[in-house]
Amino acid sequence: MWELISINKRKSVIIFLSMGLVLILLGFFIGQATWGGKHGGDIGMLIAISLWMALSLVSYYMGDSILLYVSYGMRADMGVYPQLYNVIEEMAIAANLSFIPKVYVIPESAPNAFAVGVKPENSAIIVTSGLLSALNRDQLQGVIAHEMSHILNRDVLLMTFAGTLLGSIVLLSEVFLRGFAIFSRGPRSNSGRSSKANPIQMAFVLIALVLSVLSPILTRILYYALSRRREYLADACAVRLTRYPAGLASALEVLSEMPSRVNYASKILAPMFTVNPKGEDHRTNMFGTHPSIYERIEILKSMSQGAGFADYQKAFSKVKGRNATVMPSSMLRGDEEVPIRDPYVDEPEQVKKQKDIVGIRNIMSNEGITEEHARLIASVIESDKPDPHSTIQSEKTEDFTYQRQGEGNWETFKCPCGKIIQLSPVFSKPAMICVQCGRRIRILG
Amino acid sequence: MGFILLGVFMLVVLIGVFSTIAIYNNLVALKNQVKNAWAQIDVQLKRRHDLIPNLVETIKGYAKHEKETLEGVIEARSRALGAGSVEEKAKAESGLSSAISRLLLLVENYPDIKANRNFQSLQEELTSTENKIAFARQSYNDQVYFLNNKIQMFPSNIIAGFFKFTEEKMFELEDKTEREAPKVSFS
Repeated sequence: MWELISINKRKSVIIFLSMGLVLILLGFFIGQATWGGKHGGDIGMLIAISLWMALSLVSYYMGDSILLYVSYGMRADMGVYPQLYNVIEEMAIAANLSFIPKVYVIPESAPNAFAVGVKPENSAIIVTSGLLSALNRDQLQGVIAHEMSHILNRDVLLMTFAGTLLGSIVLLSEVFLRGFAIFSRGPRSNSGRSSKANPIQMAFVLIALVLSVLSPILTRILYYALSRRREYLADACAVRLTRYPAGLASALEVLSEMPSRVNYASKILAPMFTVNPKGEDHRTNMFGTHPSIYERIEILKSMSQGAGFADYQKAFSKVKGRNATVMPSSMLRGDEEVPIRDPYVDEPEQVKKQKDIVGIRNIMSNEGITEEHARLIASVIESDKPDPHSTIQSEKTEDFTYQRQGEGNWETFKCPCGKIIQLSPVFSKPAMICVQCGRRIRILG
Repeated sequence: MGFILLGVFMLVVLIGVFSTIAIYNNLVALKNQVKNAWAQIDVQLKRRHDLIPNLVETIKGYAKHEKETLEGVIEARSRALGAGSVEEKAKAESGLSSAISRLLLLVENYPDIKANRNFQSLQEELTSTENKIAFARQSYNDQVYFLNNKIQMFPSNIIAGFFKFTEEKMFELEDKTEREAPKVSFS
């Protein structure tokens, strides 16, 4: 099945090749600028490509250092985490895999999950304990399916190589710029040697300089664009596996309301997480590894007709604009009707309450709020009536109230503490908590 | 001039040969995926068969007199084990699903059973097995769909026709009730 979903996604390939092109151009001009003559450029390109290969080899074999994280955690076997193990097995069956990816649980209260492994057979999915306690079965299945899709789409491999491309480009640029700064202070007699080649040589040097300054930024933009595209793709594949978009959507909602910062994650590893481990996921910007979580939720929620790729594409265009496409037509060709299944288990109210308390406790954990306080706050928010006996409000800063404009669009406003908050049209709770100051914000309208 | 023509001709032939090989191998792989998926369904069904004796024993301890339901499950299971053809199997398995549903409905009346540790882990296993059966069928249908697509679409249809690849049938459910796995919610 997954030959459809191979690395030959047109747009991903274009982005990847563009990055490669930048590397080669950079190599050419730097080489030409440094050595000049007939073969300067060729040497430059050769060095650039060798650099990339060297970095790639190192990454490929050092990928196991990611398993450092695994040493924090426990291998999830049937006896220890039966539900998690079962969910993973279910998804492996749905994807028609001949093996079951290894799964590890790390003791971290922030809910998140990520996938590692360049070869599907050697891959692993790592889940935080916070995730397990926050999600029900449908939601967990959605998240696992998302991670498994990353593995199947060879995203880890792709982003590793894209990462090394970026690394090589940055390295080359840095070295050249520094070298240039050093050598341009040297004796000017060198440039007097062959006055004929001078203007051309100067042009090369100039171009090389400009490229060295621009390439890192440009390539970063490309890298992050690639990362975001793969995230959307992983969402689409996940939903096709589970046949239940609402599961992943509600999982993302839960994750969006809880801090997801994982302390030992780096920006390079970020694409492999379900939600941005650096914490800022609320807007899609050029330098974000993940698309806005609210966007992802909205797209998934608009998939009312079916769970296939065509349905995801339809929802994507609806949310992002008529011409926005996320997958090539080869994936949509002849895709049949993929009906959505029923949810598994109606979630008892008790479990929902538990999640709210955990969420609030996480947000306010620095202020030493006790379980009692947390429960009180949770009940207040649920009933949306100020509790006359609560002293919590007076200790904290005042409540903020926001009135919706009510046109069914995304609304942006500022919390009094300065944090910019974006409100989804489908957000239905009566209040929310500002993740920066902990203030309670009531949503009216 | 003649050489160039010959060269181009050879190139075209080579491309043709390699494409044919690639497409043929792809079709073979897809066909094997279908076989694999079909086998997976059987694996999960068997897993369910293996869970049942333990389940019945656990419940029997608390609800000895509910003979009909308990025996119903055991009978349904043996029927499923003994089924021969594909149609027989499908019918028997769906019968087993309903028998299990009835049994779990019965458990609602015996809160002691729910507290039993053994039962709780069995409950999780049962839920998961039902899900896996559903996913195995889903996966089988997906693989069949991909294979059939490849057989029908151009240009692989030429190769498929030449090497006599046949389309597979999707796993259709005769009636809607079959789709309902025993709901194991205990709120």
